[in-house]
Order: sequence, then C-alpha cells, then structure tokens
Amino acid sequence: MNDFTISLARSLIAVALLMTAMPYITWFERRLLSQMQARVGPNRVGLFGLLQPLADGLKLFFKEDVRPAGADRLLFVTAPAMALFAAIATFAVVPIGPTVHVAGADVPMVVADLPVGALYVVGASSLGIYALLFGGWSSGSKYSLLGALRAAAQVVSYELLLGMAIVCVVLIHGSMSIGDIVAGQQRTAWTIWMQPIAFVLYLIAACAETNRAPFDLPEAETELVAGYLTEYSGMRFALFFIAEYINMFTVSALAATLFLGGWSGPFWPGPHWLLLKILLFLFLFVWVRATLPRLRYDQLMRLSWSTLIPLAMLNVAITAVVIVALG
Amino acid sequence: MFADLKALARGLWTTLRHLRRPKNTELYPEQKRPVSERFRGRHRLYRYDNGLERCIGCHLCAGACPSQAILVIAAENDPGKPVSFGERYAKQFEVNMIRCIFCGFCEEACPVEAIRLGPEYELADETRESFVYTKEMLLDPERYAPKRQFHADVDAPRGRAGGRPEDEAGVSGAPPGHRDTPTGARPPVQKEVGQ
Repeated sequence: MNDFTISLARSLIAVALLMTAMPYITWFERRLLSQMQARVGPNRVGLFGLLQPLADGLKLFFKEDVRPAGADRLLFVTAPAMALFAAIATFAVVPIGPTVHVAGADVPMVVADLPVGALYVVGASSLGIYALLFGGWSSGSKYSLLGALRAAAQVVSYELLLGMAIVCVVLIHGSMSIGDIVAGQQRTAWTIWMQPIAFVLYLIAACAETNRAPFDLPEAETELVAGYLTEYSGMRFALFFIAEYINMFTVSALAATLFLGGWSGPFWPGPHWLLLKILLFLFLFVWVRATLPRLRYDQLMRLSWSTLIPLAMLNVAITAVVIVALG
Repeated sequence: MFADLKALARGLWTTLRHLRRPKNTELYPEQKRPVSERFRGRHRLYRYDNGLERCIGCHLCAGACPSQAILVIAAENDPGKPVSFGERYAKQFEVNMIRCIFCGFCEEACPVEAIRLGPEYELADETRESFVYTKEMLLDPERYAPKRQFHADVDAPRGRAGGRPEDEAGVSGAPPGHRDTPTGARPPVQKEVGQ
C-alpha cells in the first residue's frame, strides 16, 4: 500500500461519511423541528421515518431538470457542483480520530492535516459563496439575483467574524494546523474555557455562513420564493441542498474540533466523541431555527458590523496582549 | 442588550419545553376522529324491522338531488311477496358518488326515511364505475360496500331508522331514534303555534 492509495482511501471515506451523514441530518432536523412545533414529523417511510431521506432523494432524482431559457448555461450547471465541492472540501482538514495503525502503516484519520488548516477552512468555506452567486446570477431571474446579492453581502460580513473567531483559537494554540489544535487541547484544556466569546461568535458566524435561520436571508422562502435556488429543480436543486446540510455538518465538526477538543474525550478517545459533539451542535442549530424568526436585512448588517465585529476585534486584541504578556 | 439576551433565553426555553408537549398531529389512517352526529357521508338505505325495504320508489330523492346523482327505477310490488311496504318498490336504486355533493337533500325529501347519509367518508376509488353504488351496497353496506369504509371507532351504530310499517301513516313524525334529535344535541325547540 503506497501513500497514494491511503490518501485516496481517506478521501473516499470522508466523502462517504459526509454523504451518509447528510440524509440523516435532514431527518434529524425534520423530526426535531416538528417535535418542537407540536407535530410528529416524517414517520411514514420506514421505522420512525428513517427511510424518508431515501424517498426524498429518489423523488428528486426522477424530477424534471428545468433550465430557464434566460440562464447562462455553463454557470447554471457549474454552480450546484461547486457548492457541493466547497462543502465537501472544507471537511478535509477535520481530524475525526487519533492516528490508527492499519496494514503496517500509521494512518491519521484526517484527509489532510495541512500546516495552514485553519486558513484553508476559511478559504474553502468562502468558496461556497461563489456557488450561490453563480447560481443566482446565471438563473436569469430577479428572485435568484436578489437572493444571491443578499447571500454575498451576508457572507462577506460574517466571513470576517468567522475568521476572527478562528484567529483567537490559532493564537491560543500557536498553530494553524487543526491536528495541532486538537493536540493542544488535549494537553491543556478545551478552547471554549479560554475563549468563550470566540466560541459564541463562531457559532453565530457559522449559522450565517451556512445560511441557516435566523440568518437564512439568501433563501428566505417567505420573501424571495427561494432566493438563489428559485430556478433550480431536480438533482441540481438536490446538490445545493446536500451542500447546505454538509456545510452544517462541517461547521459543527469544526466547532467541536476547534472549541470542544474534537475527537478527544474523558475516556476512549475516538470518532464517537466527535460525533457526539457534532450532534450537540446540530441540535443547537435546529433548536435555534425552531426559536428565532429571520432577521431583517438591516438588523443582519447592524448586528455584524456594529456589534459582533468590534467585539471580535476586541477579543482578538485582548487575546494577543494576554498571550504576549504571559510569554 | 441584557433584556435581549433574556428574551432570547426565554424563546429557547419555550421551544425546548415543547419537545415534551403532546403533539397535535392526528395520525390519520391509524387514528380516525369520530365524526359528528350530523356528518353527511355515504348514503344508506334502511329497512323496517320486519325486513321490508323502506324505499317505495317514489323518485322524490332523485327529484330533490341538485346534482342528479340518484337513479331510481320503480316496479310494482308482488302482493304475495312484497319488497317494500306500499304499492311500489325501487327495482333499481343507484347513487353516483362522483356526482353526489353530500348536501342531504335526498334524506330531507324522502317521505319514508328510507335514505340517510351515514358516517363513512373514505370513498376514494380508482375507477368511475366503482363509484356507482347499487341498492345492495346501500342497503347492506357492511357486506357489499368496500371494506375500507368501515372502522370500529368511526362507524359506531347511530340512530337506526326503526319503526314498523304501521308507522307509515304518521310519517310526518320522525320515527324513534331519528337523527333530528341526535344524542348529546339540544332537543328541538317546541314552537307554540297559534293560541
């Protein structure tokens, strides 16, 4: 077994993991949301409706693929694939467990532990916004365009916040490698105890990054039909949809990794701890969605630029000063 | 800002509490709500206690029907072996359930309380022909109508048209157990006529 085979296997496993998790996140969200709304949720297909995502997928697969006459063909086709690519690519630097010994080789349970992993996360996640923009622009529809414009403005505002929250984590652990950050947390303590503000800021930014309620303005089905998704149907729509849920999974995994120690736990360290923490964040996302109404556009902008970003800057400055002062 | 955070926490607490609330959803095919006493579903034709059909083939229901869903073809009764009380009976009686709008005019028009709208509402079917309900299906739905239309919880027996043929003389007065006075409902107000 050469390195290439191992790398390929790791990539395939990561993709398979995400593609398997995604349908069950939709199931989890729909069931939990309905419980919070005094409903029952999907319970017809399979036990507890567990096969519902499969049925939905099949349905989308057989739907007509509509392409508007005024659409830019190349971009319209590229955008959904790009969304999915960006969503999956972000997950590449998240370690899901300790290094394991397989067939005479040490295999780290991560696709790639880049030395600049934290930077890569910010870069890859903002690649997704191009997909939204391309999708909205190329559809040739005003709703799509408005949704895309909102998405662009929102993600630019909150990308900054996300970056600054991650900067604090990087400062504390003195490394941009996600692997080092997990190791650092095992040595000392979870980052959340040292950076509670950065943690909260990260969660808010992650909500906005994944376009989830209360920051779902790009989609805003009650105002903009479905925003940038308006003209998409069938499997192309499904690709955007999958990307959204994989993004949700990825930001949850990152939150768990950067702030809650990743795969490490009080005993038996391994992927199950990461999964547990991810579930916690997914629950939080659904819980927030069930609770909060969508922000108005000006509220969204004011929240970011005049409250959260100054707070984040202050947090970065104080963290840096304290680290320098402590040596 | 502190007030905002408090409001946020209260909102989150509210949704979390709803996790343990009983659900409002009715799991329809498994659980069926009992219908009102006055619900107008699929028709039924009734018999007297001695087995004679109440329907005398007078066509009044067909005449009253605003959507012409009812077909009645009458025939003379054989005095030795009568089908109904009276001179004539319905040789053929059909209700077209696609046309029917469940207005209940037929039961109002019927002089002998032979036709009533029952509680059954699951009438969906696949062919047009299967929506034409014959006299057998209407008289004896438990045996001849589609099985899925019967559910123990919905189909609890309700005021059967009782009475004997002798009551025919007084058809203006409703027979005992008539739905004009459903159980649990307010009894009809007795109007004082004249002085």
